Amino acid sequence: MELTWELVAFLGFAVMTLGSGLMVVTSSNLFHSVLFLMTSLFGVAGLFVLLVAPFLAAIQVLVYIGAIAVLMLFVIMLTRQVMSRPELYNQQMAGALVAAAILFLALLFVLTPLADEIGGDVAQVNAEVIAEADDAPDVDYITVEELGRAFVTRNGFVLPFEVTSILLTAAMIGAIVVAREDEA
Amino acid sequence: MVPLWMYLVVSAGLFSIGAFGVLSRRNAIAILMGVELMLNASNLNLVAFWRYINPGEINGQVFAAFVFVVAAAEAAVGLALIISIYVKRHTVVAEDVNLLKW
Amino acid sequence: MEQLYIDLENYLGIGTDSVPEVVRLAIAVLVLGTIFLLAPILTIWVERKVAARFQNRIGPNRTGPYGLLQSFADVLKLIGKEQIMPAHADRIPFLFAPLLMVVSVIMITAVIPLMPNYIGADLSIGALYFVAIGSLSTIAVVMAGWGSNNKYALLGAFRTVAQLISYEIPLVFSLLVPVLFAGTMSMVGITQAQADLDYWYIFLAPASFLIFLFSNLAEIGRTPFDLLEAESELVAGYQIEYSAMPWGMFMLSEFLHAFLIGPLVAVLFLGGWDGPFAEDVPVLGVVYLVIKSMAVYFLGMWMRATLPRFRIDQLMEFNWKFLVPLSIANLLIASFLWELFPEPAGGGLVDNFPRFIVMGGSSLFTLMVGLEFLRRKSVEDRERIARLIDEKNYPLATADQTGVAGD
Repeated sequence: MELTWELVAFLGFAVMTLGSGLMVVTSSNLFHSVLFLMTSLFGVAGLFVLLVAPFLAAIQVLVYIGAIAVLMLFVIMLTRQVMSRPELYNQQMAGALVAAAILFLALLFVLTPLADEIGGDVAQVNAEVIAEADDAPDVDYITVEELGRAFVTRNGFVLPFEVTSILLTAAMIGAIVVAREDEA
Repeated sequence: MVPLWMYLVVSAGLFSIGAFGVLSRRNAIAILMGVELMLNASNLNLVAFWRYINPGEINGQVFAAFVFVVAAAEAAVGLALIISIYVKRHTVVAEDVNLLKW
Repeated sequence: MEQLYIDLENYLGIGTDSVPEVVRLAIAVLVLGTIFLLAPILTIWVERKVAARFQNRIGPNRTGPYGLLQSFADVLKLIGKEQIMPAHADRIPFLFAPLLMVVSVIMITAVIPLMPNYIGADLSIGALYFVAIGSLSTIAVVMAGWGSNNKYALLGAFRTVAQLISYEIPLVFSLLVPVLFAGTMSMVGITQAQADLDYWYIFLAPASFLIFLFSNLAEIGRTPFDLLEAESELVAGYQIEYSAMPWGMFMLSEFLHAFLIGPLVAVLFLGGWDGPFAEDVPVLGVVYLVIKSMAVYFLGMWMRATLPRFRIDQLMEFNWKFLVPLSIANLLIASFLWELFPEPAGGGLVDNFPRFIVMGGSSLFTLMVGLEFLRRKSVEDRERIARLIDEKNYPLATADQTGVAGD
């Protein structure tokens, strides 16, 4: 495989994602864990950019890094007295390690042939389409406008969209009710 | 162009790391972080398959966007629960919350 | 950006084929970033002079003509100082925080169209990119506050999270109004739409313009929103343990961010590089952009020099009970009227006059209604505090004695 700048960027983001992902679960300082989580999520955002999904990349940075991870930092700072407990892992740590390894291998053995199988013909055709589109960098496959329309048209995703809005509202109310201190 | 299987390997690795974190960590916030990693791995998969298999259709991106919404809701409620448990029982260790366990 | 390469190649004598694209991109980024990084040297001087005049002082006037070299002297002093690391500091967050702060601000410059065809990167999601990158500075502040191993710094970090996340909401809602009008999130597209229309979006949505400006000022954390550094109560908050150049980087990013509000507001609401003959003579575009930016920047300086700091409960109430409902109402009204009164066929200033009246008028009307509610609420609060002081004979009323902070 020839070494292109895209491949270099991919490898950089992949190492960033997986490396800091590992640090998230192994770091003994929870604050550092969240910082590594941010780095890992930023790597995923970079991979989204490589996959020509700029909208999702921006949302990834805004929602995950700007909101969820910062919220986690906030909770860690609030609960920091019990943070420095010595044991990092529970007693099923060894089992979890084995399970995760088995899961990884299973995913590899299932997914990689699958990618060839599904991708075999389709990906070949698509690769040509993509290569053509890559020559004209202005062409996004899915523009933000199309994405926005899909959310509000009847043939698109208006029902799931409304359901997720209800979910968000419910989550917001639930979070406020659960976390408020002065309950009767 | 980067082949599809490389994205799948990254996604599988991220998912396994997240699963390990969820299964093994004691701190509830760390468990939430593992869940976030797993959700991200699934999102990466969705977008990768969209781009390589069906770039003309919108479904892949829409699905990924819904995952974002669910992740945000899950994080908000989860962290609120952790705060509430911390206030009442002064712990954030998941296995210490065992009142309903038998 | 294409244009920028070509010009760069002409100036620097770099052939198109002789260097890979990545290197050319890097050079372009370096040039663009350096220009913006050098801007604060000037704007700090402007700011000090203007603030001095507001307070009936003269301001820096010893170093160089009119004190112009004062910033250079300050930078030299900062470089010469010792860099102190507090005991038991969390080293990596402590040292990375200033860097991340500067990076998060510098990255905004990529999506500001300087003149026709000149922009760092014409992203299709430019406006969203700006919001996303802006949220990175929150993390920098939290890292600094945590890493310093200092309770004032940590308190500053707490306030930062509350303030910056809250003020992102009206920011995004008011940002959506020009995006809605232009039908695109690309900054080039938004500027071009206003240039084609012969009028600017501020006439259609003056309230959104003001909300965007305020919430941006809050995002930066300048007076009157400077609770995160509040030197008189938190002794500079998250910056307390920083010295020498790391501190200088915080200052640099604050001034640069404050200056960058100017071009951003100009692009979104004031037509960016749009002006007479700007399309024919692109350099004029930069001049117009700088003039508009400085006008907006002056508004910020004016507020900074005259308004006292908010209390934390006032800050939160101002956001959640005033800016958020107002920005949502404005977005709904703007989108409704935009559909109800389509662009007239002529498209000129005169034909559009009824639209200005209806849309701008309703925007201002909602603002006035909101302000009236705000006024009544603050009068009520003050009266209640006055009553409490009378009843309980407090010598001095503070927020938690009167229970104002609690509700």
